[in-house]
Amino acid sequence: MLVQILFYAFAAVLVAAGLGVILSRNPVHSALSLVLCFFTSAVLWLLIEAEFLAIVLVLVYVGAVMVLFLFVVMMLDINLEELRSGFTRHLWLGVLVTLTVIAEIVGVIVAKRLGVDTTQGAAPLPAGYSNTQELGVALFTRFAYPIEIAAMLLLVAIIAAIALTMRKRPGLKVQDINAQVAVRAADRVRIIKMDAEKRP
Amino acid sequence: MITLGHMLGLSAVLFALSVAGIFINRKNLLLLLMCVELLLLAANFNFVAFSRYLGQIDGQVFVFFILTVAAAESAIGLAILVVLFRERSSINVEELNKLSG
Repeated sequence: MLVQILFYAFAAVLVAAGLGVILSRNPVHSALSLVLCFFTSAVLWLLIEAEFLAIVLVLVYVGAVMVLFLFVVMMLDINLEELRSGFTRHLWLGVLVTLTVIAEIVGVIVAKRLGVDTTQGAAPLPAGYSNTQELGVALFTRFAYPIEIAAMLLLVAIIAAIALTMRKRPGLKVQDINAQVAVRAADRVRIIKMDAEKRP
Repeated sequence: MITLGHMLGLSAVLFALSVAGIFINRKNLLLLLMCVELLLLAANFNFVAFSRYLGQIDGQVFVFFILTVAAAESAIGLAILVVLFRERSSINVEELNKLSG
Protein backbone atom coordinates (compact mmCIF):
# COMPACT_ATOMS: atom_id res chain seq x y z
CA MET A 1 0.00 0.00 0.00
CA LEU A 2 2.77 2.41 0.94
CA VAL A 3 4.58 1.52 -2.27
CA GLN A 4 1.48 2.33 -4.25
CA ILE A 5 1.06 5.72 -2.56
CA LEU A 6 4.71 6.48 -3.27
CA PHE A 7 4.26 5.42 -6.88
CA TYR A 8 1.28 7.73 -7.41
CA ALA A 9 3.01 10.62 -5.66
CA PHE A 10 6.16 10.34 -7.71
CA ALA A 11 4.24 9.67 -10.92
CA ALA A 12 2.35 12.93 -10.32
CA VAL A 13 5.64 14.77 -9.76
CA LEU A 14 7.07 13.19 -12.91
CA VAL A 15 4.15 14.24 -15.10
CA ALA A 16 4.16 17.74 -13.62
CA ALA A 17 7.87 18.05 -14.28
CA GLY A 18 7.36 16.77 -17.82
CA LEU A 19 4.74 19.46 -18.35
CA GLY A 20 7.22 21.95 -16.96
CA VAL A 21 9.81 20.87 -19.52
CA ILE A 22 7.58 21.41 -22.52
CA LEU A 23 5.57 24.43 -21.34
CA SER A 24 7.94 26.68 -19.43
CA ARG A 25 8.94 30.00 -20.95
CA ASN A 26 12.56 29.93 -19.94
CA PRO A 27 14.89 27.18 -21.25
CA VAL A 28 16.72 27.18 -17.91
CA HIS A 29 13.46 26.27 -16.17
CA SER A 30 12.91 23.56 -18.78
CA ALA A 31 16.33 22.10 -18.10
CA LEU A 32 15.77 22.17 -14.34
CA SER A 33 12.37 20.49 -14.79
CA LEU A 34 14.10 17.82 -16.84
CA VAL A 35 16.53 17.28 -13.93
CA LEU A 36 13.50 16.80 -11.66
CA CYS A 37 12.10 14.33 -14.21
CA PHE A 38 15.26 12.26 -14.10
CA PHE A 39 15.37 12.28 -10.29
CA THR A 40 11.74 11.15 -10.01
CA SER A 41 12.30 8.47 -12.64
CA ALA A 42 15.26 7.21 -10.63
CA VAL A 43 13.01 6.98 -7.57
CA LEU A 44 10.39 5.08 -9.55
CA TRP A 45 13.01 2.67 -10.83
CA LEU A 46 14.13 2.14 -7.25
CA LEU A 47 10.51 1.32 -6.38
CA ILE A 48 10.45 -1.50 -8.91
CA GLU A 49 13.87 -2.68 -7.74
CA ALA A 50 16.08 -1.66 -10.64
CA GLU A 51 18.60 -0.07 -8.29
CA PHE A 52 21.69 0.05 -10.45
CA LEU A 53 20.00 1.81 -13.35
CA ALA A 54 18.37 4.28 -10.97
CA ILE A 55 21.79 5.32 -9.66
CA VAL A 56 23.25 5.36 -13.17
CA LEU A 57 20.39 7.59 -14.30
CA VAL A 58 21.17 10.14 -11.59
CA LEU A 59 24.93 9.97 -12.14
CA VAL A 60 24.97 10.04 -15.93
CA TYR A 61 21.95 12.18 -16.70
CA VAL A 62 21.79 14.63 -13.83
CA GLY A 63 25.52 14.65 -13.29
CA ALA A 64 26.72 14.90 -16.88
CA VAL A 65 24.11 15.39 -19.58
CA MET A 66 21.94 17.93 -17.81
CA VAL A 67 24.96 19.91 -16.64
CA LEU A 68 25.99 20.05 -20.30
CA PHE A 69 22.51 21.25 -21.22
CA LEU A 70 22.56 23.92 -18.52
CA PHE A 71 25.99 25.09 -19.65
CA VAL A 72 24.79 25.49 -23.21
CA VAL A 73 21.51 27.14 -22.21
CA MET A 74 23.31 29.70 -20.10
CA MET A 75 26.10 30.25 -22.61
CA LEU A 76 23.87 31.07 -25.56
CA ASP A 77 22.21 34.45 -25.74
CA ILE A 78 18.89 33.38 -27.21
CA ASN A 79 16.11 35.66 -28.36
CA LEU A 80 13.25 33.94 -26.57
CA GLU A 81 10.37 35.99 -27.92
CA GLU A 82 11.10 34.95 -31.47
CA LEU A 83 11.37 31.28 -30.54
CA ARG A 84 8.14 31.40 -28.58
CA SER A 85 6.10 32.77 -31.46
CA GLY A 86 3.67 30.22 -32.82
CA PHE A 87 3.54 28.49 -29.45
CA THR A 88 -0.20 28.84 -28.96
CA ARG A 89 -0.78 28.14 -32.63
CA HIS A 90 0.73 24.67 -32.24
CA LEU A 91 -0.66 24.12 -28.75
CA TRP A 92 -3.93 22.55 -29.85
CA LEU A 93 -2.00 20.26 -32.16
CA GLY A 94 0.20 19.25 -29.22
CA VAL A 95 -2.82 18.52 -27.04
CA LEU A 96 -4.41 16.49 -29.84
CA VAL A 97 -1.25 14.44 -30.39
CA THR A 98 -0.85 13.87 -26.64
CA LEU A 99 -4.38 12.60 -26.21
CA THR A 100 -4.15 10.39 -29.30
CA VAL A 101 -0.86 8.80 -28.27
CA ILE A 102 -2.03 8.23 -24.69
CA ALA A 103 -5.31 6.73 -25.91
CA GLU A 104 -3.51 4.41 -28.31
CA ILE A 105 -0.94 3.13 -25.84
CA VAL A 106 -3.38 2.77 -22.96
CA GLY A 107 -5.74 1.01 -25.36
CA VAL A 108 -3.05 -1.52 -26.16
CA ILE A 109 -2.31 -2.03 -22.46
CA VAL A 110 -5.97 -2.40 -21.49
CA ALA A 111 -6.79 -4.71 -24.42
CA LYS A 112 -4.58 -7.43 -22.84
CA ARG A 113 -2.94 -8.20 -26.14
CA LEU A 114 0.61 -7.82 -24.90
CA GLY A 115 0.97 -11.49 -24.06
CA VAL A 116 1.66 -10.65 -20.41
CA ASP A 117 -0.71 -9.99 -17.55
CA THR A 118 -0.50 -6.27 -16.94
CA THR A 119 -2.52 -6.37 -13.74
CA GLN A 120 -0.01 -8.44 -11.80
CA GLY A 121 2.71 -7.20 -9.54
CA ALA A 122 6.28 -8.37 -10.10
CA ALA A 123 7.34 -11.65 -8.58
CA PRO A 124 9.24 -11.02 -5.34
CA LEU A 125 13.00 -11.30 -5.70
CA PRO A 126 14.82 -14.06 -3.82
CA ALA A 127 16.70 -13.15 -0.64
CA GLY A 128 20.22 -11.92 -1.26
CA TYR A 129 19.44 -10.95 -4.86
CA SER A 130 21.68 -8.21 -6.18
CA ASN A 131 20.48 -6.25 -9.18
CA THR A 132 23.96 -4.83 -9.76
CA GLN A 133 25.52 -8.27 -9.74
CA GLU A 134 22.98 -9.66 -12.19
CA LEU A 135 23.46 -6.73 -14.53
CA GLY A 136 27.23 -6.95 -14.27
CA VAL A 137 27.25 -10.65 -15.06
CA ALA A 138 25.04 -10.09 -18.09
CA LEU A 139 27.09 -7.12 -19.30
CA PHE A 140 30.44 -8.83 -19.10
CA THR A 141 29.44 -12.24 -20.44
CA ARG A 142 26.63 -12.22 -22.96
CA PHE A 143 26.87 -8.53 -23.80
CA ALA A 144 30.66 -8.15 -23.80
CA TYR A 145 30.94 -7.15 -27.46
CA PRO A 146 28.02 -4.71 -27.40
CA ILE A 147 29.54 -2.95 -24.41
CA GLU A 148 32.81 -2.56 -26.33
CA ILE A 149 30.85 -1.00 -29.18
CA ALA A 150 29.16 1.31 -26.70
CA ALA A 151 32.57 2.36 -25.39
CA MET A 152 33.77 3.09 -28.93
CA LEU A 153 30.61 5.10 -29.53
CA LEU A 154 31.36 7.26 -26.51
CA LEU A 155 34.91 7.79 -27.77
CA VAL A 156 33.58 8.85 -31.16
CA ALA A 157 31.16 11.21 -29.43
CA ILE A 158 33.95 12.82 -27.39
CA ILE A 159 36.14 13.34 -30.44
CA ALA A 160 33.26 14.61 -32.55
CA ALA A 161 32.10 17.08 -29.90
CA ILE A 162 35.60 18.45 -29.38
CA ALA A 163 36.35 18.62 -33.09
CA LEU A 164 33.08 20.43 -33.76
CA THR A 165 33.46 23.10 -31.12
CA MET A 166 37.21 23.73 -31.41
CA ARG A 167 38.02 26.85 -33.37
CA LYS A 168 41.01 28.94 -34.29
CA ARG A 169 40.44 32.59 -33.56
CA PRO A 170 42.55 35.02 -35.57
CA GLY A 171 44.73 37.40 -33.60
CA LEU A 172 44.92 35.17 -30.56
CA LYS A 173 48.35 35.16 -28.91
CA VAL A 174 49.18 31.55 -28.11
CA GLN A 175 52.34 29.49 -28.10
CA ASP A 176 52.98 27.32 -31.14
CA ILE A 177 55.01 24.54 -29.57
CA ASN A 178 55.90 22.91 -32.88
CA ALA A 179 57.33 26.11 -34.26
CA GLN A 180 59.22 26.75 -31.04
CA VAL A 181 60.85 23.34 -31.03
CA ALA A 182 61.65 23.33 -34.74
CA VAL A 183 63.43 26.66 -34.67
CA ARG A 184 67.18 26.71 -35.39
CA ALA A 185 69.85 29.18 -34.49
CA ALA A 186 70.15 30.25 -38.12
CA ASP A 187 66.51 31.43 -38.06
CA ARG A 188 67.06 33.73 -35.12
CA VAL A 189 70.65 35.01 -35.29
CA ARG A 190 72.05 36.73 -38.36
CA ILE A 191 75.87 36.88 -38.51
CA ILE A 192 77.13 39.78 -40.55
CA LYS A 193 80.72 39.98 -41.78
CA MET A 194 81.96 43.53 -41.82
CA ASP A 195 85.18 45.42 -41.50
CA ALA A 196 86.21 46.80 -38.16
CA GLU A 197 85.23 50.40 -37.59
CA LYS A 198 88.07 52.87 -37.98
CA ARG A 199 88.98 55.03 -34.99
CA PRO A 200 87.83 58.59 -35.78
CA MET B 1 1.67 -3.14 -5.31
CA ILE B 2 2.77 -1.56 -8.56
CA THR B 3 1.54 -3.50 -11.57
CA LEU B 4 3.06 -3.60 -15.02
CA GLY B 5 0.07 -1.62 -16.27
CA HIS B 6 0.92 1.23 -13.91
CA MET B 7 4.44 1.54 -15.27
CA LEU B 8 3.37 1.23 -18.90
CA GLY B 9 0.64 3.84 -18.43
CA LEU B 10 3.05 6.28 -16.82
CA SER B 11 5.54 5.72 -19.60
CA ALA B 12 2.80 6.32 -22.19
CA VAL B 13 1.92 9.64 -20.56
CA LEU B 14 5.57 10.68 -20.49
CA PHE B 15 6.06 9.65 -24.12
CA ALA B 16 2.98 11.55 -25.25
CA LEU B 17 4.08 14.64 -23.32
CA SER B 18 7.45 14.66 -25.03
CA VAL B 19 5.91 14.15 -28.48
CA ALA B 20 3.61 17.08 -27.76
CA GLY B 21 6.66 19.05 -26.63
CA ILE B 22 8.28 18.41 -29.99
CA PHE B 23 5.15 19.75 -31.68
CA ILE B 24 4.69 22.91 -29.64
CA ASN B 25 8.36 23.85 -29.30
CA ARG B 26 9.21 23.24 -32.91
CA LYS B 27 11.26 26.43 -33.27
CA ASN B 28 13.61 26.01 -30.34
CA LEU B 29 16.34 23.51 -31.12
CA LEU B 30 17.41 23.33 -27.48
CA LEU B 31 13.95 22.34 -26.30
CA LEU B 32 13.68 19.81 -29.11
CA LEU B 33 16.82 18.11 -27.78
CA MET B 34 15.37 18.13 -24.27
CA CYS B 35 12.13 16.59 -25.53
CA VAL B 36 14.11 13.84 -27.24
CA GLU B 37 15.80 13.11 -23.92
CA LEU B 38 12.40 12.86 -22.26
CA LEU B 39 11.20 10.56 -25.03
CA LEU B 40 14.14 8.22 -24.54
CA LEU B 41 13.44 8.24 -20.81
CA ALA B 42 9.87 7.10 -21.49
CA ALA B 43 11.19 4.29 -23.68
CA ASN B 44 13.61 3.29 -20.93
CA PHE B 45 10.67 3.10 -18.52
CA ASN B 46 9.12 0.43 -20.69
CA PHE B 47 12.36 -1.52 -20.88
CA VAL B 48 12.89 -1.45 -17.12
CA ALA B 49 9.27 -2.35 -16.38
CA PHE B 50 9.19 -5.31 -18.76
CA SER B 51 12.61 -6.48 -17.59
CA ARG B 52 11.45 -6.48 -13.98
CA TYR B 53 8.02 -7.99 -14.54
CA LEU B 54 9.21 -10.71 -16.91
CA GLY B 55 12.12 -11.54 -14.63
CA GLN B 56 14.79 -11.08 -17.30
CA ILE B 57 17.78 -8.81 -16.88
CA ASP B 58 18.25 -8.21 -20.63
CA GLY B 59 15.89 -5.25 -20.69
CA GLN B 60 18.00 -3.43 -18.13
CA VAL B 61 21.12 -4.11 -20.21
CA PHE B 62 19.33 -2.47 -23.12
CA VAL B 63 18.52 0.54 -20.97
CA PHE B 64 22.23 0.76 -20.25
CA PHE B 65 23.00 0.95 -23.96
CA ILE B 66 20.21 3.43 -24.60
CA LEU B 67 21.65 5.66 -21.89
CA THR B 68 25.05 5.47 -23.60
CA VAL B 69 23.65 6.35 -27.01
CA ALA B 70 21.52 9.14 -25.55
CA ALA B 71 24.52 10.66 -23.80
CA ALA B 72 26.54 10.56 -27.02
CA GLU B 73 23.62 12.00 -28.96
CA SER B 74 23.10 14.92 -26.62
CA ALA B 75 26.82 15.70 -26.50
CA ILE B 76 27.10 15.84 -30.29
CA GLY B 77 23.75 17.60 -30.62
CA LEU B 78 24.78 20.32 -28.22
CA ALA B 79 28.13 20.69 -29.96
CA ILE B 80 26.33 21.18 -33.28
CA LEU B 81 24.00 23.64 -31.56
CA VAL B 82 26.92 25.70 -30.25
CA VAL B 83 28.58 25.77 -33.68
CA LEU B 84 25.25 26.73 -35.25
CA PHE B 85 24.74 29.55 -32.79
CA ARG B 86 28.23 30.85 -33.52
CA GLU B 87 27.48 30.92 -37.23
CA ARG B 88 23.92 32.23 -37.22
CA SER B 89 23.44 33.84 -33.78
CA SER B 90 20.12 31.99 -33.60
CA ILE B 91 18.85 28.51 -32.85
CA ASN B 92 15.56 28.93 -34.64
CA VAL B 93 14.83 25.75 -36.57
CA GLU B 94 12.89 27.65 -39.24
CA GLU B 95 15.98 29.60 -40.23
CA LEU B 96 17.93 26.45 -40.95
CA ASN B 97 17.26 26.39 -44.66
CA LYS B 98 20.78 26.69 -46.06
CA LEU B 99 20.64 23.22 -47.55
CA SER B 100 17.22 23.55 -49.13
CA GLY B 101 18.76 24.90 -52.34
